[in-house]
Amino acid sequence: MTENTSLLHVTNLSHQFKIDPSIFDVILRRPSRYVKVLNGIDLNLARGETLGVVGESGCGKSTLARCLVGLYPLQNGEILFNNQNVSHKTRAEQRDYNRRVQMMFQDPYSSLNPRMTVGQVLHEALSVHKMRSETEIPERINELLDLVSLPRDAADKLPHQFSGGQRQRIAIARALSVEPEILIADELVSALDVSVQAQVVNLLLDLQERLGLTILFVAHDLRLVRHVSHRVAVIYLGSIVEIGSSDSLFANPIHPYSRALLNAAPSIDPDKKNTTAPLTGELPSPLNIPSGCAFHGRCPHATEICKKSKPELKALDGHGEIACHHAKELALS
Amino acid sequence: MTYAPYAQKRRFAVFKFFQRMQPGFIVGLTILSLSLILALFPSYIAPYDPNAFDFNAVQSPPSDLHWFGTDSLGRDTLSRVIWAYSVNMQMAFLATIFSLLIGVTIGALVGYYRGFSDVVFGRCVDAIITFPFLVLVIAVVAVLGPGLINMYIAITVVGWVYYARLMRAEIMAQMANDYASAGKVMGYSDSRIIFRHLLPNAITPVIVYWMTDMALAILLGSSLGYLGLGAQPPEAEWGVLIAEGRNFITTAWWLSLMPGIAIVITGFGFSLVGDGVADLLRPRG
Amino acid sequence: MFQQSSSSDVKTGQQSTKSIRYTSKALPLLDVRNLSTSFGHDTEKLLAIDDVSFTVAPGEILGLVGESGSGKSITLRSILGLTKRYGQVEGKVLWKNQNMNIMKNKELRRIRGSEIAMIFQEPMSSLNPLLTVGLQIDENLKAHTKLSRSARKKRSIELLDLVGIPSAADRLDDYPHQFSGGMRQRVMIAIALASEPELLLADEPTTALDVTIQQQILDLILDLSKNMNMSVIMVTHDLGVAAQTCDRIAVMYGGKLVEVGPVREILRNPQHPYSIGLLRSVPEDVAPRSELYSLPGIPPSLADRPKGCCFAPRCPAAMTKCVTDRPELQQAGNSCSVACFNPQTITSGNIA
Repeated sequence: MTENTSLLHVTNLSHQFKIDPSIFDVILRRPSRYVKVLNGIDLNLARGETLGVVGESGCGKSTLARCLVGLYPLQNGEILFNNQNVSHKTRAEQRDYNRRVQMMFQDPYSSLNPRMTVGQVLHEALSVHKMRSETEIPERINELLDLVSLPRDAADKLPHQFSGGQRQRIAIARALSVEPEILIADELVSALDVSVQAQVVNLLLDLQERLGLTILFVAHDLRLVRHVSHRVAVIYLGSIVEIGSSDSLFANPIHPYSRALLNAAPSIDPDKKNTTAPLTGELPSPLNIPSGCAFHGRCPHATEICKKSKPELKALDGHGEIACHHAKELALS
Repeated sequence: MTYAPYAQKRRFAVFKFFQRMQPGFIVGLTILSLSLILALFPSYIAPYDPNAFDFNAVQSPPSDLHWFGTDSLGRDTLSRVIWAYSVNMQMAFLATIFSLLIGVTIGALVGYYRGFSDVVFGRCVDAIITFPFLVLVIAVVAVLGPGLINMYIAITVVGWVYYARLMRAEIMAQMANDYASAGKVMGYSDSRIIFRHLLPNAITPVIVYWMTDMALAILLGSSLGYLGLGAQPPEAEWGVLIAEGRNFITTAWWLSLMPGIAIVITGFGFSLVGDGVADLLRPRG
Repeated sequence: MFQQSSSSDVKTGQQSTKSIRYTSKALPLLDVRNLSTSFGHDTEKLLAIDDVSFTVAPGEILGLVGESGSGKSITLRSILGLTKRYGQVEGKVLWKNQNMNIMKNKELRRIRGSEIAMIFQEPMSSLNPLLTVGLQIDENLKAHTKLSRSARKKRSIELLDLVGIPSAADRLDDYPHQFSGGMRQRVMIAIALASEPELLLADEPTTALDVTIQQQILDLILDLSKNMNMSVIMVTHDLGVAAQTCDRIAVMYGGKLVEVGPVREILRNPQHPYSIGLLRSVPEDVAPRSELYSLPGIPPSLADRPKGCCFAPRCPAAMTKCVTDRPELQQAGNSCSVACFNPQTITSGNIA
């Protein structure tokens, strides 16, 4: 994948949060501690594709989403949008970037201002970005409501008058109001009921088709990610351990963590029992990430080399890219 | 038949709004409205000129002619208490409104930006709130000199900190909501996010505190008046009135008691309204 | 297992005490009959669960599946009498043939926590953060067994070991916040198991956990059920979880059971349009990026449930009768019961 075809190109993105020192830390002059949430993420988003990002809670997938839209300042690494560096931006550049890269949030109850009607929310977005002249805005609001299949009288209502699924539609309409090229969906449907999830997922797929959107779909529900994504990245402790086309990755995952993760999702077929042994242990703390391959403590295939050196993402024939020292052996088994 | 339930539901909604107004709130509103009327139109309501001497009725106890009695110069206590309403209600407003405006602005900015401004703010707050409120106000008045204007300045210098502290905490709590992040992602300016999105959702506790603070301001202003640092005699002000009656407390008890009752009732009104406002401003759903 | 005991023998069975495990295969361990729970007063009565009946056999795992607001959690809480404080509970909850719904609090306490235990979705909020884990297990042992102090400690370690907490002996003195989410859930299960319950009520036990941890916890519950012959009622919204753990599934919608049957029957040949819709909206074994089957609309709120079948407004196979009358749960041939006037099959034309 060359830079010319990719709309968003991320290189070596790292992010860490400083832990507020306690009074003892200050007195004893302990060094500051950092939570390393992202450790060198490389990503390409091609125009019109959906990239799914999966991982367990605390793996850094939400932080990745927030870094990409600029909610967290860029600490380390590089983001290229349309081959232009967006790493160091002024306020105006940031606004322009965000007009083209929008985000939708997980919690349908906190992502909308409880005191603004839907009409006000959309009006604000349209007028701040001067997407339409003041006289055309009401017309555009109606279009947007139609687009996300909400009744037009929704414009006069406050968020609390809507159900969770409808609120996510409002959030989608808000994101679409500025006509972005990339949508970043952070656990967009996780908080919704199963039957409502399907409605919102269908809407998202339909909108992508119609508007040619590029989507980064962050979620922990593997079935959903598989369904909506062209390509999928599996994240473990802030690093991508495997990335590849959705079909091959789900059909034949290579990295031991991907295997464990994909197999752990309970099937709705009672006779399709998970045959692989479940992962032992739990996610290590991102405060001190294990040396070498971060997964070696829980990995059934770990050897000496895994404890010492961190594997790089490498392409493997017939598969995607895998960050594992034993990828080749595992592909054969 | 099909439309009946719908109509009923709407009437029910209006009814519910009034139902949301607690009885205490209605009592409080009544007290404050009456106080406001007394404060705005004392000349129409007071039966006598508050400063007119009547040497035929010196220190007369409450009677048909003088409901609240008269003082040692024969001035009608009821009229003086009523005239004091305009001074004391003005005090409640002017002593707090600048604290509110300054505190809300600073608190919102500090809560939003955090960082170094938060450290500076934290030290300021520590420095101011470690002193007892009244002592600090008296110190400032002592420097500036007694009088109502200087008293307002003194109260504002100290009082804004409490508003700012409350506002900062509320803004930080609201920032945890995704709609604040959504505003940033939409590319809105900081001032729009702070004042259009966060502030309306964060202001409720500040308004409630304001109501109690107005009651406290009346109390504080009267205390300073009593000490001779606030309003100056012969102006009719509750603290001044109580101070004037102090020497006659055994012979003419009404001189201090009546303004005291006025303070209690007004303060009560403010707290009741504060609670009621808190209920009404809570976002539904 | 489905045999109904006549109402005359309801009051017998007093002799069934804790020491004798209930092994009768002829009678269900728990028999819930016409259970209804409502909140509020006569003018504004909200019926949270409406005429729910089901049975649980010894050693059986029953899945109670539904979306938010379907009443599945309230059903669970009503069984233990936990909703009595807020609402009215009608109907019978027959625990070994004794009606728990008319028991006094004192009698209920004898059953709660000892014969029937419960675990919750969010372990942190149901563990006391100020007491060590050891103390909290010990408390339960003290209440429900006659073990001596040292025996209780030994048993506590055994229990933590049983639920798979490494170096259990050292962790007795730890506080709940020192455990991770999955470990906390294990601790809660250990506390619940302290009394060797015959029925475990699990309210979304894995919803707050990651999939890899979820699998560990589900395996644990399955193992314990098998080894201790413990029955489980598992409330979940995840059909996958139900499919992998349960023997039977009861689907709830709008406060009513709409379909009950063996897990394979329900998941392969569902007949209620809601079960079918729920199952088909799961994106498993469908072409990627194709349109998912989705039920229109949203579940009804407690305050305005339709007069007829609650599902009728969203149902693709609704008839006029569905809008006016409420269907009751009825035997539908293949060991399933369905509450529907117009049952469908997963491939029938009306649904697609």
